[in-house]
This record gives sequence, C-alpha cells and structure tokens, in this order.
Amino acid sequence: MLDNLIWGYVYPNESEIQWSILIVLYPYITGLVAGAFIASSLYHVFGKKEIKPVARFALLTALSFLLVAMMPLLVHLGRPERGIEIMFTPHLTSAMSGFGYIFSFYLIIVVLEIWLSFREDIVKKALSSHGWKELLYSSLALFSFDISEETLHNDEKFARKLAIIGIPSAAFLHGYVGFIFGGIKANPWWSTPLMPIIFLMSAIVSGIALLILLYIAAMKIRKHAIDHKCLQSLAHYLWIFLILDVTLELLEIISMKYASREDIDIINRLLSDKIGFTFWGIQLTLGIFIPFILLLLVSLIKKRDTLKLIMISVSCIFVVIGVFAMRWNVVIGGQEISKSLVGTLTYVPEFFSQEGVLPAIIIFMLPFIILRVVTAILPPWKDMEEETQEHN
Amino acid sequence: MNLSRREFTKIGCKIIIGATAGAAIVEPFIINTVAAENSPVQGGYNWEEHFWGYVVDTRKCIGCGRCANACKLENKVPFDEEVYRTWIERYRVKKTSLETREEEVVIDSPDGGIEGFEDDIPAEEIKKAFFVPKICNHCDNPPCVQVCPVGATYTTKDGVVLVDYEYCIGCRYCIQGCPYGARYFNTEKGTADKCTWCYHRITKGLLPACVQACPTGARKFGDMKDKNSEVNKIIDEERINLLKPDLGTKPKVFYIGLDREVR
Ligand code: SF4
Ligand code: SF4
Repeated sequence: MLDNLIWGYVYPNESEIQWSILIVLYPYITGLVAGAFIASSLYHVFGKKEIKPVARFALLTALSFLLVAMMPLLVHLGRPERGIEIMFTPHLTSAMSGFGYIFSFYLIIVVLEIWLSFREDIVKKALSSHGWKELLYSSLALFSFDISEETLHNDEKFARKLAIIGIPSAAFLHGYVGFIFGGIKANPWWSTPLMPIIFLMSAIVSGIALLILLYIAAMKIRKHAIDHKCLQSLAHYLWIFLILDVTLELLEIISMKYASREDIDIINRLLSDKIGFTFWGIQLTLGIFIPFILLLLVSLIKKRDTLKLIMISVSCIFVVIGVFAMRWNVVIGGQEISKSLVGTLTYVPEFFSQEGVLPAIIIFMLPFIILRVVTAILPPWKDMEEETQEHN
Repeated sequence: MNLSRREFTKIGCKIIIGATAGAAIVEPFIINTVAAENSPVQGGYNWEEHFWGYVVDTRKCIGCGRCANACKLENKVPFDEEVYRTWIERYRVKKTSLETREEEVVIDSPDGGIEGFEDDIPAEEIKKAFFVPKICNHCDNPPCVQVCPVGATYTTKDGVVLVDYEYCIGCRYCIQGCPYGARYFNTEKGTADKCTWCYHRITKGLLPACVQACPTGARKFGDMKDKNSEVNKIIDEERINLLKPDLGTKPKVFYIGLDREVR
C-alpha cells in the first residue's frame, strides 16, 4: 500500500509524515490571532476611526484564538506531559523554544489591552449589578472603580502604548512561526528567509478576513444594520495586504525557479504534482486573485452596499480558505518531498487518530465557542451598533 | 488620535534599535550548540580522552545488510516498523543512449537493505552500480541539536549526538531538521530516536554493532584523538568526501569512493 504513495527514492525513515494536519492548524490559528490584533491596532494606534466599531471586537477575537493556539502543538507532542519544559529549560538555539515566552508575553499584552478598553464598561456593570454578577465584574475591575475622565484618559493613553508594543510582538509572534519552518536548512521548500514575512502577511490577511466575517455574522445574528463604512475600509486594508502577500509568495517561487539550484527538480514536481491544485488553485487563484479582483471592484463601485457586502463576504471566505491552503502547502508540502531530493511521498490524513482531522476540527471550533462566552461577559456591541446609528 | 510624524519616527527608531539589539542577543545562541555537562556513562570511561569518527568505504560494501540487521537487534529497533538507525542504499545508473545523454539513476533501499537486494533490473541495462551504507553522521555542527526546543538532543564531549529519552517532548522538530533522514520517531517511548554509534558499546571499548557485523570492512570506527587509529589514517591518506557538505553540518562519517549521485 505504501508503495503507490511514494515516488522515487525517499530515505527509509521518511515513510511516515511527522507533522500532521494539527501542525497546519497551529500556524493558521496563530496567524488569525496576529491578523485580528493588527486590525484592532489600525484603530488603537493609527487612529483609523472607521475601524472603531470592530476594534474591541477584534481584540476579543484575537484573545479567543490565542487561547487555543497552543493546543494543536500540545496534542501533537509525543510526550505532552513534558511540553511545559519548553518554558523551564528552553534551548535557545531552537526556533521553537521561544514560543512559550513569546506566546505568554503576547497573551499578557492582549489581556491588558482588553482590560483597559473595557474597563469603563466593567466598572459600570459592577456598580449596577448584584449578586454573583457584581462579584464577577468587580473582580474583573480588580476592585478599582475609578472611572473619572482623567483616569479614563490615562487608560486610553496606556492602551495605545500597549498597542504600539503589541504590533511588533504580533508581528514577532507570527514571523517567528514562519522562522520555525524557514530555519530548517534540510528542507528546500521551507528554508527561505522570506518565510517569516510571508507568514506575517498571510496572517494579517487571514485575520482581517476572519474579522470581517465575524462582524457580518454578529450583526446578522443580532439583527443589526452593518456599518458599511467600517466594512469597506476593512476590505480596503485587506486588499492592500493581499497585494503584499501575493508579491512575496510569488517572489519566493520566482527566485527559486530562477536560481534553479539542485533542488529545483523536486520543487517543480511538488508544485506541479503534489500540491499543484492546492497551491495554484486554492492558495493563489481562489485565495488571492479572485478576492483581489472582487475587492478591487468593491472600491470602484459606487453605492450598492448590499452587492458590495456580498462581494466582500465571498472574498473573505475565499481568503480564509486560501490561507489555510497556504499553511497546508507549506507544512504538508514541505514534508511530501524527501530530503533525498529525488523522491516524494503522500500525506493521507487520518480522521479519528490523535493527530487526525477530528481533533483538528474540534480544536478549530473552540475559539468560536470561547468568543461567544467572552462576548457575553464583555459585550463589544455598544460601539459596533452606536456608530451605525450615527451614520444612518 | 492620529500619530504625529515625530511620534511615528520615534516608534520607528525604537523598532529598529530593538531589532538590532535582538539580533545581537540572538547571535551567541545561534552559534553555540549544547554539549552535555555530565557523561551519561559511569565507571572507568573518560569522555575527554576520545573523539569518535566513522569511515564508510563504499567500494567495499556488498549490500548484504548484516550491519542494518545487527543494528536493529542490538538497539531493539522494531523490525516491523519502517524505522532505521542505519540502512544501505543501492544506486544503479542505467545505460544511456549517446544521443539523449539523459542519465537515469535508480535508488532503492528495500526495508533498509536488511534482507539484501534483489536483481530487478537486468545487468546489461546497468552502467554502474554500488551500495552506500548510511548512518547518523554525528555532525559536528548538528542541526538536530540546534533545533531541539528543550535541549533533549545533545552532543557528548567525545563527539556523539544523543537523545535524552527522559527529556525529549516528542515534538519531532529534530526529525525535520536532520538533512540525512537519520532520525525517526520512537512510538513506544513517544520520543525521537536515532543511531548512537552504540554508545553503550564504544564506552566499554567495543565496536558499534554495525561495524562489528560488516564482513568486508566497509565500515570502520575509531578514535580521532588517537593518532594511529585506522580512521585517522584513512582521513589523512585517502580522498574522502562527506554527505551534503554544502549544508555546513560537518559530518563525522567520512566516505571513501562517494559517487556524485549519492544523496
Ligand atoms: S546526521 Fe542528522 S541526526 Fe545525525 S547528527 Fe547530523 S543532523 Fe543530527
Ligand atoms: S523530538 Fe525530542 S529530541 Fe527532537 S527536537 Fe523535539 S524534544 Fe528535541
């Protein structure tokens, strides 16, 4: 059975793919976190007022995904109970070892950022509610109920400073995930200095697209009008980052092909055979070119908000699928070529196993559930809905 | 809440300074790889006195597979799984017509070569053929050690790269990092695993099982700190080559008669 999955010569130890769909999920989720956070920074740091309606929602989204980002890695470990050693005895030459720290640092920033931007609401809730709710919100407020103009102003200043630190650390969090692959010189498909920045750009793209989708969904569920100004401006940023993303992705392929080193034969085979469809078809055409054109049209068309809404939604769905394909093509594609450079193998995902599709689906559903809970405790709807009324 | 240009410059400067400082801090970590502090072997063995090296003479290998078999027996590597600490590759370069000049090389290693090899291509179609035994190179600059996030893979003072099974978290990053396919996942232990040059034997003055088992002397093992060792003589006198030397891993398995087709 194995034989028809293998072409050419692969080293005997390579007959099994080591990093499964869970490791595809890991950079995908981390990317969504980084992207959502950067979207919120457009408002917090760069003062893009149009984004304000979703700024706090974006932070909550980032948090929900961040909380599960570690899980696919942990589930995948051969000895999960020792996973924590990464924190206690990190071996610093490893690109993977910093993950625990970067992750924790980033988590702190996101939580602080959320706390500061929701503090006023929390305090008001604490003062106006009773029983366990009062206790919940009072403790969330850390029992400091000062919401005078001045403190709020200070909060805001501090929040902005945090967001400024947050951007490079979001960039670092994800660029660094790219380096986990980019730093592996054994693998010609991974080892490129562009990897971190490609990962970062696709992360931003996927994060903004996800945020748009969640925003539309939330407004539909809450039966509230959508703020088209906000939506279209998000779509505009998505379009810009798509351009950066595709430029880098193509640059990588073009320079590989142009330089034509000894590994080019196997790379060509990878691109034409193994991941031909997921790369050219899904990652580039569906995930980038079609959304690129749709979003271009969105910015050209005047009025017709509903049509634009549909075009934006479709683009975003394509983008999140395309970025997933991109992670797949990197993680799985890289393992489908043998390090002998003269053979390929095929990854056949299992469904029920520890590293199968089922756990991947479960893990990917978690952030949405967490988001539901978090938004119940800290509703971000106020600014999402107020703004719309102002516009209308 | 717009950023003034001054603030923007300030932020930009901070980022640049931060990145530079970051690179400077990271630098020493990248260069040093871990070495163990305490010898894993107790007793009379002093690891400061040795530095092991390995020679493969591809001209002598007959592809009998006894080495790979001996290794699985000695190190309890499961026979029913496709995992190997050492294996033998067979290269057969087919005859080519002078017009097309396209060379076809058939490489295989059925079951790591343990059972030997079958003649499935008629001899008259073959131009040249040879066997290449493979094993962990115990690289002097080992990427597997570099990438291990917890330091579970390490280099001993006598130059052997080992896995600490009590510490490995089973992330498999090292398996991805080894350019030679020398590592595998030990499903029983839940950790990475690989050739140890039979560390339990060499520290008692014995040869690695594969070297011992080879009937033709294609595999040689010895102390590079000992001037008169066979390994040192070969390195000094023969024309030797390494696998994938361009990757800078500095292998300590030295090959005699390595063909350009060898991967
Ligand atoms: S051959 Fe592979 S496993 Fe052995 S030391 Fe080198 S990189 Fe590590
Ligand atoms: S599998 Fe074990 S030895 Fe290999 S990198 Fe991970 S922790 Fe280190």
